[in-house]
Amino acid sequence: MSDGPAVVLEHVSKSFGHKPILQDVSFHVHPGEALCILGRSGTGKSVTLKLIISLLKPEQGQIWIEGENITRLHAADLSRVRRKMGFLFQSAALFDSLTLYENLALPLVRLTSKSSAEIETIIDRVLRDVGLGNDRERMPAELSGGMRKRAGLARALVLEPRILLVDEPSSGLDRITASEIDELLLKEKVARRTTLIVVTHDVRGARRLADRIAVLDHGRLIADGTVEDVQHSEHEIARSLISE
Amino acid sequence: MLAIAGDISLFGLRAITDAFRRPFELAQIRRQLAEVGSKSLPLIVASGFALGAVLTLHTRGTLVTFGATAWIPTVQALAFFVEIGPLVAGLLMAGRVGSGIGAVLSNMRATEQIDAIESLSIDSFKFLVVPRIIACTLALPPLTLFLDFSALLGGFASEYAASGLSFQLYISRAFSAFDWANFYPPTLKTAVFGFAIGTISAFLGYTTDAGADGVGRAATRGVVVSSLVIILVDVLLIKFIFFIFPETAAL
Repeated sequence: MSDGPAVVLEHVSKSFGHKPILQDVSFHVHPGEALCILGRSGTGKSVTLKLIISLLKPEQGQIWIEGENITRLHAADLSRVRRKMGFLFQSAALFDSLTLYENLALPLVRLTSKSSAEIETIIDRVLRDVGLGNDRERMPAELSGGMRKRAGLARALVLEPRILLVDEPSSGLDRITASEIDELLLKEKVARRTTLIVVTHDVRGARRLADRIAVLDHGRLIADGTVEDVQHSEHEIARSLISE
Repeated sequence: MLAIAGDISLFGLRAITDAFRRPFELAQIRRQLAEVGSKSLPLIVASGFALGAVLTLHTRGTLVTFGATAWIPTVQALAFFVEIGPLVAGLLMAGRVGSGIGAVLSNMRATEQIDAIESLSIDSFKFLVVPRIIACTLALPPLTLFLDFSALLGGFASEYAASGLSFQLYISRAFSAFDWANFYPPTLKTAVFGFAIGTISAFLGYTTDAGADGVGRAATRGVVVSSLVIILVDVLLIKFIFFIFPETAAL
């Protein structure tokens, strides 16, 4: 692992058609740090995560992952860089034709040379860690919203990523379940010093998780700092979002 | 329209080149073969049997007039093996499989499952699209044979009920005017139908960006476009078969 920042965005812009989504966004996240990105709906928060894992390409600017510029990488190199990252999608995005066990086994079978026994041990451990130890043979459709989110988190963690990207961990969940997911993220951050970048609307969760908060508005980064920094931001929207 | 046709062609070409690139996704191909092939078998067999029986009922009335009922098995076999079997199998598969592939892939796109596969460093095109196209291409010729033979059985059942003709005599008459050129070019052309069904429906599902609305649209368009393309490709392939096997044109 390099000593520099885990993730760097430099003057990144992205638009869909003629609609600008992100405009000249720059920030960095250090290894082991948790950055929560707040903002109103449609301000480009989820797009930022997809740019970091290169599911989308920026029109302008550079994105660096552990010192490597991923903006113009070829497929093979991109695949290597992506293996450093895990992504928990807002909807969990579990493969609905596979059991929970198969969902977690897929990346291990495809991307590692581990034996079946090793894979089984890893999956059992990760599922136990997220509280789904008894549900490995269930299909995604049989899981509740909270369980699906845990399962998505388990799949994101199964390759032990150094950087974890999380899109709306609390969306669609009650406060207690959302808090349990936050707890799992915190545990991952502390136990493995995983870098977290979390997009959320849940200010309470953000305050618990974040070392730093970034606020996006109309595609621009209007605040970036500690909770106290954002509380004293010159932008009213940033102050208002953090005080909700 | 031309732009979409071009995009679909490039999509199909990419599938062909990716099919020969590692990893070969054999497990996924087996899974899709089961989905496309064996799960379609009841529909194919039932349709073939019913069509065979119906065709015999129709032709019998006419051939009786000319005292040519002995030709019923021959007409039946030639009609099904040469044209009806391949075309009907293709259209049935366009309905069952084309809509399924379009709906599944567009749903996976809408629910971010394709993004999830990419985020796990897995090539989603190779993992999801290529096995489906290969499965359609490989499954359709044997399914066509099942439909052809089911139709013969349906025809025999109908003829047996009308005249008491024995099974041995029916089969012997069915293949009396039969040549290999009647058999394998029409059967093998269904591999092209299968490739077209897989490519078109996978393209419409994989490239949708219309969210949940796109799921139904991809399924419907998958069936409509695949069916239309099968009929058009059939015309071209028949001309091609006549060119390669001129004796079949004389039938």
